[in-house]
Amino acid sequence: MSNFPWLTALVVLPLLGAAALWLLPAGARARARTVALGFALAEVLLAVAAFAAFDTAEAATHQLVETAPWIPALGVSWALGVDGVGLALIGMSVVLVPLVVLAAWREQGSTDGPTDRLRHYLALVLLLEAFIVLVFAARDVFLFYVVFEAMLIPVYFMIGAFGGAQRRYAAVKFLLYSLAGGLVMLVGVIALYLQGPGGPEGFLVENLVGLDLDPTVEKWLFLSFFLAFAIKAPMFPVHTWLPDAAQQAPAGTSTLLVGVLDKVGTFGMLTLCLPLFPAASRWAAPVVIVLAVVSILYGALLAIGQKDMMRLVAYTSVSHFGFIVLGIFAFTSTSIAGSSFYMVNHGLSTGALFLLVGFLAARRGSQQIVDFGGLQKVVPVLAGLFLVVGLSALSLPGLSTFVSEFLVIVGTFARHPAAAVVATLGVVLAAIYVLWLYQRVFTGPVRPELATMTDAGARERWVVGPLIALMLVLGFVPGPALDLVRPPAQESIAQLGVDDVEPTAAPWVAIPAGTEGSDQ
Amino acid sequence: MSGFTAPEIAWGPMVPVLVVLLAAVVGVLVEAFVPAARRRTVQLVLTLASLAGALLAVAALWSGVERTGGTDVLGGSLVVDGPTLVLQATIALLALLSTLIFADRVAGGEDAFAPSAAAVPGSDYEELARSKGLRQTEVFPLLLFATGGMMIFPATTDLLTLFVALEVLSLPLYLLSGMGRRRRLLSQEASMKYFLLGAFISAVMLFGIGLLYGYAGSLRYADIAAATATPNGLEGLLVVGALLLLAGLFFKVGAVPFHMWTPDVYQGAPTPVTAFMAACTKVAAFGALLRVVYGMLPGMAWDLEVVLWVVAILTMVVGTVAALVQTDVKRLLAYSSIAHAGFVLTGVVALDDSGITAVLFYLLAYGAATVGAFGLVSLVREQGTGGDEAPAVLGEATRLPQWAGLGRSHPVVAVTFTLFLLSFAGIPLTAGFVGKFAVFSAAVEGGAWQLALVGVLASAAAAFFYVRIIVLMFFTESHDATDAGHAEVSSLASGTTAGAADGADPVRVPVAVATAEAERTTRTVVVGGEGLTVVAVAVCAAITVVLGVAPSPVLDAIASVGVLLP
Repeated sequence: MSNFPWLTALVVLPLLGAAALWLLPAGARARARTVALGFALAEVLLAVAAFAAFDTAEAATHQLVETAPWIPALGVSWALGVDGVGLALIGMSVVLVPLVVLAAWREQGSTDGPTDRLRHYLALVLLLEAFIVLVFAARDVFLFYVVFEAMLIPVYFMIGAFGGAQRRYAAVKFLLYSLAGGLVMLVGVIALYLQGPGGPEGFLVENLVGLDLDPTVEKWLFLSFFLAFAIKAPMFPVHTWLPDAAQQAPAGTSTLLVGVLDKVGTFGMLTLCLPLFPAASRWAAPVVIVLAVVSILYGALLAIGQKDMMRLVAYTSVSHFGFIVLGIFAFTSTSIAGSSFYMVNHGLSTGALFLLVGFLAARRGSQQIVDFGGLQKVVPVLAGLFLVVGLSALSLPGLSTFVSEFLVIVGTFARHPAAAVVATLGVVLAAIYVLWLYQRVFTGPVRPELATMTDAGARERWVVGPLIALMLVLGFVPGPALDLVRPPAQESIAQLGVDDVEPTAAPWVAIPAGTEGSDQ
Repeated sequence: MSGFTAPEIAWGPMVPVLVVLLAAVVGVLVEAFVPAARRRTVQLVLTLASLAGALLAVAALWSGVERTGGTDVLGGSLVVDGPTLVLQATIALLALLSTLIFADRVAGGEDAFAPSAAAVPGSDYEELARSKGLRQTEVFPLLLFATGGMMIFPATTDLLTLFVALEVLSLPLYLLSGMGRRRRLLSQEASMKYFLLGAFISAVMLFGIGLLYGYAGSLRYADIAAATATPNGLEGLLVVGALLLLAGLFFKVGAVPFHMWTPDVYQGAPTPVTAFMAACTKVAAFGALLRVVYGMLPGMAWDLEVVLWVVAILTMVVGTVAALVQTDVKRLLAYSSIAHAGFVLTGVVALDDSGITAVLFYLLAYGAATVGAFGLVSLVREQGTGGDEAPAVLGEATRLPQWAGLGRSHPVVAVTFTLFLLSFAGIPLTAGFVGKFAVFSAAVEGGAWQLALVGVLASAAAAFFYVRIIVLMFFTESHDATDAGHAEVSSLASGTTAGAADGADPVRVPVAVATAEAERTTRTVVVGGEGLTVVAVAVCAAITVVLGVAPSPVLDAIASVGVLLP
């Protein structure tokens, strides 16, 4: 079984699911939800098997590798492979998808009339899942680019066809922003190929790493890639599409969009920008770090000021992505490992937050904060879930988000103390936006029109429960997860050609929480 | 005069062209001798068979050309090499698909062409012809003559043959453009405009050919190229002649500033004709342009580069920007075809071998999507909603607001059209993306990375108007048009141009063409026809997907023969 193409299987299975949903005979369409959930769960099992086949001791090397020619004339291969980071992100994504399916159970008019709209929506979710797995596993720059662009189309339809009142505007804005970034990257992709060895495997990442690039060329190439990733991530100042998209999209779409898709941006910075353009990355790092810190504070401040809950969560993500980018470009193994882990935790935490806001909005018919108040007494379970998930957004110790945020700040501090100190302010601001949101929505006098609101049902508890459980497990026992992300981080540092700075070198800093994990 | 010796003619390599032209001549005879009732069937079978025969002939010649690199025929008037065969196959294939759209009829037996093109629009005679069920079956031989000319056009290395081929392909198109069954005045205006401008540019090109002959003393590309190597004091003739010749070719590919005819003609011509000429003419003209630029003028690459760059950039930018504000599907596709001409030009400018392969592939991808898209346009019709029991299916619903909600009412049509639009926009996993990638990488490889950058930025802007149609089809509710013009246009403006730029005023879109139909109360329906168009569209969609997902076999095949013979 060692040669079983796990990654291709992980890509093909959701594709089959999407095809099955679209081809479902008219009589069986009422069961579309069940079929979609079945495929999503089967994908989770497959991912578990892939985890089992992955050798954690060698997490820095790309494993489960498959290489086959795809378009030899253009130098393109079907090359898949994951290191610890890619695998962790794939794991996080496939866990989120069944929960999104479950969360959409009663959306899109499924309860009245034929479930046809829901069927199309779920098929798009599965299609997107296939692209997500593929983009995290791609080891060929061209393949990565193709998926990077192609995955816009299902998301575009998921926002534009199923979203709120301003969905057309949000969908078009999302698509054009992403396309503009992507097309600039295309020029970079082409130019990079011409700098490389060429030939039928000229786009393989390993053939392009360590090229002897002219410094000017390298800087331009870096910028063309980085712009696309910064838009995707999204970073200040190219983040403005995200709040609109998240506000207008259905909650499940926002979950996948922000929780998973935007990770492609930071994942791309980590796995393409750094190894392919090490010198240019070092050159750009100061500016990127400043932008990251601005993102952290600016996103948090705007989140505090939002009136719409979905927009609020979107801006918290801008802040969180600032942390991730900060960690990546601080160039210490601790901070990069923290960022990698942060990507996983942010998916869980923000995903859960979007889904919970979705539940609230579905009950009230509004996402505006002013339309809520005093819900704690009416829907205690929902309030409790919301509080825990909210606390994960402000990185409460004991939850996994704390571990990653701490690693990022500690790792950054070792090299850029000032940036780390300023970034820490973001944690304070996070406490404000989360707790103030909770206060306005759940505490105070019960508004009469909300008195009859129903509490979280079994389905909704099953949606959020696994995410909270995962965050608790990863919060208390981060070791196994850190084993996945630490070796690739050290590898990145080695490829960058900078000296790693251990946080322990600064005696006044405590041993990072994750270090016990690496002993296991 | 006994000294005359018959030239040696190698008939074999000319079979693809001869089959088509012969069938065209037979088609004229069919018009004279076959009873009217059976003409359409006979013509259709003849046309399809000859085009399929041309494809088979290309396939038969393929391995020989792959081995030898190609041959001269007729003392060099024709060159049968790899690019020739690829282009001829592309043209024959696209013409074959267009023929299916030409032949299709809606319920009631109405095809896209006027029952009697010679009748004055609105006259009694026209009504008589319509009620008698007359049919203009001459369109099939005209299509074959045009196809024959197109197949010669990129194969020639002789300026005189080039000119003759240009006329052979153009004259039938002028006629065909004026034969629309509906909106006949618009159609005739298009025909007139096309003819006048086409004739004018033919004269310009002929003048250029004359100057080139004066410079080099020969009409053969190779001789002219050789002459450019040695200065002889007549360089002025060369430069002016080359520019005038290029102007003619730019006119045919629809490059800015010679693009003015494109939107009017594409809109006015019957949609099957638009599909045919948008796809095939462009393929043929770019083939000829490739051969001229690579074969005749490499010696003056330095002088021409500026011209090609300026034209390529202008074409991309003007095509894209103008397309942004169109409200008629056919006009929008026309401007998009102008933008695509610019994208192909970036591949031509590359001036290296990978550029040839890239351009040939792009033309195939673009042609398939174009024929498919116009084929679908011909199926989306207006239907009267008056009190009639069986409201008649009217002309095509080409105004964009009429397409609103098509995704809900006719999902398959909308999804297929979306596929073509995504291919035009160059979204990965469609043929258009691979084509764009190929031409842009050729441009970067040829040192023209700035052109590629303009190209991708234009692509991003172009994506906007393709996406606008998708928004319209899928995310906008359809209105069973009451006041057909204004209500829908304003909903379109608020719905789709709101995304144009936040804060900016919504673009006020004028109602495209004030035709009489604008006042009529109609709703949009999709007709199945006899299924011929559906087949053509399905084939185009299949090509678009297959070339997008697995382009390797075709790319390899083109690359294996992608060398121009001087």
